[in-house]
Amino acid sequence: MSLLIHLAWTFALLSILAVGGGTAVLPEMQTILAHQFGIDHTQFVHIYSIGQLAPGPNMLMVLVIGYQIAGLIGAGVVLLSFFLPSSVLCFYIGRLWSRFGESPWRRSIQNALEPISIGLMSSGVYAVAKASIVSGTTLALALVTLYLILRTKINPVLVILGSGGFGALLMTYLK
Amino acid sequence: MSSQIQGDAQLATQAKSPDLSDLFIQFLIIGAVSFGGGIIAYERILLVEKHKWLSADEFMAYLAISQTMPGLNSVNLAVLAGDHLRGILGAIIATLGLILPGSLFVLGIGMIYANAADHPSINLILGGIAAAATGLLAAVTYQIGDTHWRHMKSLVIIVCTFLLMSIFKLSLPYVILIMAPISIYLCRPGKS
Repeated sequence: MSLLIHLAWTFALLSILAVGGGTAVLPEMQTILAHQFGIDHTQFVHIYSIGQLAPGPNMLMVLVIGYQIAGLIGAGVVLLSFFLPSSVLCFYIGRLWSRFGESPWRRSIQNALEPISIGLMSSGVYAVAKASIVSGTTLALALVTLYLILRTKINPVLVILGSGGFGALLMTYLK
Repeated sequence: MSSQIQGDAQLATQAKSPDLSDLFIQFLIIGAVSFGGGIIAYERILLVEKHKWLSADEFMAYLAISQTMPGLNSVNLAVLAGDHLRGILGAIIATLGLILPGSLFVLGIGMIYANAADHPSINLILGGIAAAATGLLAAVTYQIGDTHWRHMKSLVIIVCTFLLMSIFKLSLPYVILIMAPISIYLCRPGKS
């Protein structure tokens, strides 16, 4: 029971701190999960990657984390605690907004939060890179993906699946 | 005059408000087909182009609020659009529709992963998938950063945030408590 409360509290806090979207809280999530819930960095990156294959909002992978820690109930607790607080906040702020209308401060706050959010996303890249780029092969796969996503219109899911298959072949035969 | 416009807008909105099941199904479809991201674009097509449930201006206003508020932009947008169309129930229904298909998808794969994580070939595949996911996140970060990478003020805030988080390893609440006031001061109205 206390595990579930701990889990709910952790993800509710991450929900409220997710300025500029879910990926901003990736590094914090990775650290907390490693120190307090025994999910190591490799597991975390695997689960994050699985999440990138799914349709819908990109942080649904938190459900798999909840499942790993406390089964289906854990998944349900994480779903509610990660999506409810920020959604309720947005709901009420949205209603206040339509009452008070546009203010120059909203634009200022958004402008101010954007670079913070990008800085946090950069930390997210750094955090997942440290756990996923472990060899020349994985570095090459990451760089090829970066190039393909920036320069072509291929669906990211296909690139990720291709990298999984191709990477497994390479790592099998290069050993 | 503005109340006149608002009145007209309300009438127009009421005339084309979807019922709850329609709202649910339309968001469910987005939640099911948006493989590989770009979910905001799907929402725009649904809300503005396909059904004209929102005007382009309303959509941009809600998108801006979604981006300012914590949480996932696509989910926040579903909350705001749902509330606009059908009140609190609409907000709940739209959000549920959006996250239901992906939730079932990741849970399915997650259960397989939980049982097969020790298998060597699964680990090799996941290694390749993780490397690509890192490349993808780097690409998305670069794209979202857009013009911020070229503005000195933004770049300083980006670098300071990164250093506090990744190198000094402060916890996220402290990083935001330190950076948000500085950044908001630098971007206060009248400063651009």
